[in-house]
Amino acid sequence: MNKTLDKVAVGATATVARINGEGPVKRRIMDMGLTKGVEVTVRKIAPLGDPIELTVRGYELSIRKDEAAKIEVGA
Amino acid sequence: MKIALAGNPNCGKTTLFNDLTGSAQYVGNWPGVTVEKKDGILTGHKDVVIQDLPGIYSLSPYSMEEVVARSYLVNEKPDAILNIVDGSNIERNLYLTTQLLELGLPMIVAVNMMDVVRRNGDKIDTAKLAKALGCPVIEISALKGEGTKEAAALAMEEAKKGVQNERPHVFTGSVEHALAHIEESLHGNVDKASSRWAAIKVFERDAKAIETLGVPTDIISHVEDHIKDCEKEMDDDAESIITAQRYVYIQKIVGECFKRSPRKASTTLSDKIDKFVTHRILALPIFILSLCVMWWLAVADGGPGTILTDWANDGFLGDGWHLPFTMHESKAEGKYKGMDFEAASDAFAREDASKSAWRDAYKEAYDKKNGEGAYDKALEAFNEKAEKEFKPEKDGDEFEKSEFEVLDEAVAKTVVAKEVFVEDEETGEPKAKECDCEKCAKKREAGEECEGCGCGCGEPEKWNVDYAAYQKAAEYEEPEPGDFGVWVPGIGALVGDALDKIGVGETVKSLVVDGAWGGVATVLGFVPVICIVFLFLSFLEDCGYMARVAFIMDRLFRKFGLSGKSFIPMIVGKGCGVPAVMAARTIESERDRRMTIILATFIPCGAKTVIIAMFAAIFFREMWYVAPLMDVIGIAIIVLGGIALKKTRAFAGEAAPFVMELPAYHMPTASGIVRHTWNRVKAYMLKAGLIIFPACVFLWFTMHFDWGFNLLADEEIERSILHDMGSWIAWLFAPLGFGTWQGAAASVSAEIAKEQATATLGLVAANMEGASTAAHVSNLFGSMSAFPRLAAMSFMLFNLFVPPCMVAIAVTFREMGSKAWGWLAVAFQLFVGYALALSVYQIGMLVAGGGFGVWTAVAMLVDLFCLWMVVRPARKAA
Repeated sequence: MNKTLDKVAVGATATVARINGEGPVKRRIMDMGLTKGVEVTVRKIAPLGDPIELTVRGYELSIRKDEAAKIEVGA
Repeated sequence: MKIALAGNPNCGKTTLFNDLTGSAQYVGNWPGVTVEKKDGILTGHKDVVIQDLPGIYSLSPYSMEEVVARSYLVNEKPDAILNIVDGSNIERNLYLTTQLLELGLPMIVAVNMMDVVRRNGDKIDTAKLAKALGCPVIEISALKGEGTKEAAALAMEEAKKGVQNERPHVFTGSVEHALAHIEESLHGNVDKASSRWAAIKVFERDAKAIETLGVPTDIISHVEDHIKDCEKEMDDDAESIITAQRYVYIQKIVGECFKRSPRKASTTLSDKIDKFVTHRILALPIFILSLCVMWWLAVADGGPGTILTDWANDGFLGDGWHLPFTMHESKAEGKYKGMDFEAASDAFAREDASKSAWRDAYKEAYDKKNGEGAYDKALEAFNEKAEKEFKPEKDGDEFEKSEFEVLDEAVAKTVVAKEVFVEDEETGEPKAKECDCEKCAKKREAGEECEGCGCGCGEPEKWNVDYAAYQKAAEYEEPEPGDFGVWVPGIGALVGDALDKIGVGETVKSLVVDGAWGGVATVLGFVPVICIVFLFLSFLEDCGYMARVAFIMDRLFRKFGLSGKSFIPMIVGKGCGVPAVMAARTIESERDRRMTIILATFIPCGAKTVIIAMFAAIFFREMWYVAPLMDVIGIAIIVLGGIALKKTRAFAGEAAPFVMELPAYHMPTASGIVRHTWNRVKAYMLKAGLIIFPACVFLWFTMHFDWGFNLLADEEIERSILHDMGSWIAWLFAPLGFGTWQGAAASVSAEIAKEQATATLGLVAANMEGASTAAHVSNLFGSMSAFPRLAAMSFMLFNLFVPPCMVAIAVTFREMGSKAWGWLAVAFQLFVGYALALSVYQIGMLVAGGGFGVWTAVAMLVDLFCLWMVVRPARKAA
């Protein structure tokens, strides 16, 4: 399996390769613009270690690491 | 004509709605604030209704807001859709646009925040965008009111014209091919206008939509092969294919129509603020600090919220109040000359205590000399004679019975009332002495406690009153507030005066002033604190900080089934449960919100601290940790209750996905904040007030009337309806150690307001032995149980952790949005309070040597049940 988004270092940018899982959570992630081929920058991690903040399609999005682990990224 | 406003959260939709309709509506930064549908009449067009839909990111069937918006658009078919799009965040905003276009309704796109777009140096080619989307596009700035009227006019025009242009083909070849095939198969089963929408829903296998559309199952199975082929080709499920391809299409048109000016990374003000408030180390202190500010503003002792609440309750709605800055020392001749109002009131309280203590002692001495009951007889004879001699034309007004006129000098001279004191309002104990020596005065000025300075400061102050001292005390009349500054009479006092003028009887007057007006005052008394909490919360929400709060706190609260934002209601709850329950609104997930509402009021609020203060002072003097322990218990109940509730069927399932936009910070508009606060206060007064008012009046009535509807004095509470009702339910409290009518009556009356428990206890215990209310209450619990301190602890725990006061319960029902959920919350809180009191009393008795009884076993079983609820394995998600 590819690297997942929760493993991407803060400040690094990655391209979404695939979104695993199904149903509402997957749809919600994709609705917010995290789809195949989009560039994502990991902005920061919350003070208590979770969730994380991303920049995607020009805006700030926060997702939990659990959800980030469903997103496979390429380099 | 109906025009629906649709758009993402934070795109300025509510601002546009306010601008178009002039109606009061909230501008939020948090997804889901506008769960309710709101509509308004377009200014200047009486026949045009603007329907404000909830802010949504998509028309998926998975969130409540989305379902609400979707079913409105599909079923009600508005005449046009006004889709508002945030120009500074155009890619994600256009995603919803592509879905709205498929509905086959006349539609225009309004690109909002054009002022921001221009400031950033970006350019949007609206003509090109209109061509790509197949519908008119207009630039607006809702905040500045630019282009809003034109947008509404354009929507009306489109509504009249109907759909003319062909809508874009968003998807790639094989998907469009499958869709075309499905559309063909659906022919005759669905409306032509919405056939594309239907085809896409069938392709996505959207069960909810298929059911509403009524697509026959044979068509579904017929097209299933086409869908499967697409899925195989794209290596993804059908729903994801659609979503991904929409974004691909949007990326393409944004690339053509949107010119982004190059800019340096991380230079916006929003980024700078964000670095600070979500900083790894600083984030939590900043959050705590902002909560402290709100806490101080709204509910802290001596803060503006408390001052306003006191003013509202005692001043504005009560007896009256001194105009600020007009207070001065009394210049009127008499006992209080040169004193300020507070000093004069203290002096009067002292003299009044001397007066009544000496009179009691005198009465006793008189009876001793002349026989039992002689004094009352003599007083009655005196009053009868006085009434006969009373002449209205000469003496004016009504005849008033004297309470003390029988004076036998010979007896009086021998009478000395011993150990007289003024009772502390909170604890019922004698008030501590405050001496005037220089040393103590200095200490007090520095704000220090002045104890142990050798002059008796801080010790209970008691003194003796002989006949001479009594005569001196009798000269003191209640200080006239008008002598100390400009006195504004309160509405309560005015109502009372007005009734006096009309000349109604005492019973009616008491019913109106103390009962009905008291009920109104209870409802209105919460308004200041609700205002302050919501002014503050709206500010935090509108500026974008609230989303960060969820971001910062999510990890901690997720562990026990709550949301990152649940922390806010709980902090507010330390002051007052009513705004706490209302503050839970900011939590977007319905499940988290309900759980927070159920749990937030377990934190002992300001009124409950009054109960704690009384019991700590009377029963647990040497246990300094009792008061903080109650907070710890409250927090423990929230944590354990959260864990237990999460495992129940009502709250089971996977945690709601936390996929949340963190909107850019911006300065909120004052009018938006005021509007939101006013909406909250209005809702509270109308809906909650309608429940609270009659309930307050009813409880007051049972306390002050007997079954013959005769008005009773405070001391006659034993004849009241409440006494009988207390007796009926007293058995319920027997296992808790306070199963007498007094314990029941105090617990029931605590539902008017929690601090009422102490006042009622004082009244129902008045006939007990002892010199002070504290002693009365202490003896009352002694008479209830062989283990008075355990019974007292149990009574305190019960009253702290059962459902909060009626106002909070009414608000809970309102915010839950359903009776069933309201009752569930109340039942859970009742169970927790009862179980806690039962366990402490029964198991405490076992430890203290009270033996093992049936109820000890019951208590242990209840505890085991609670333990099981907390530690049992979590339910599998359905």
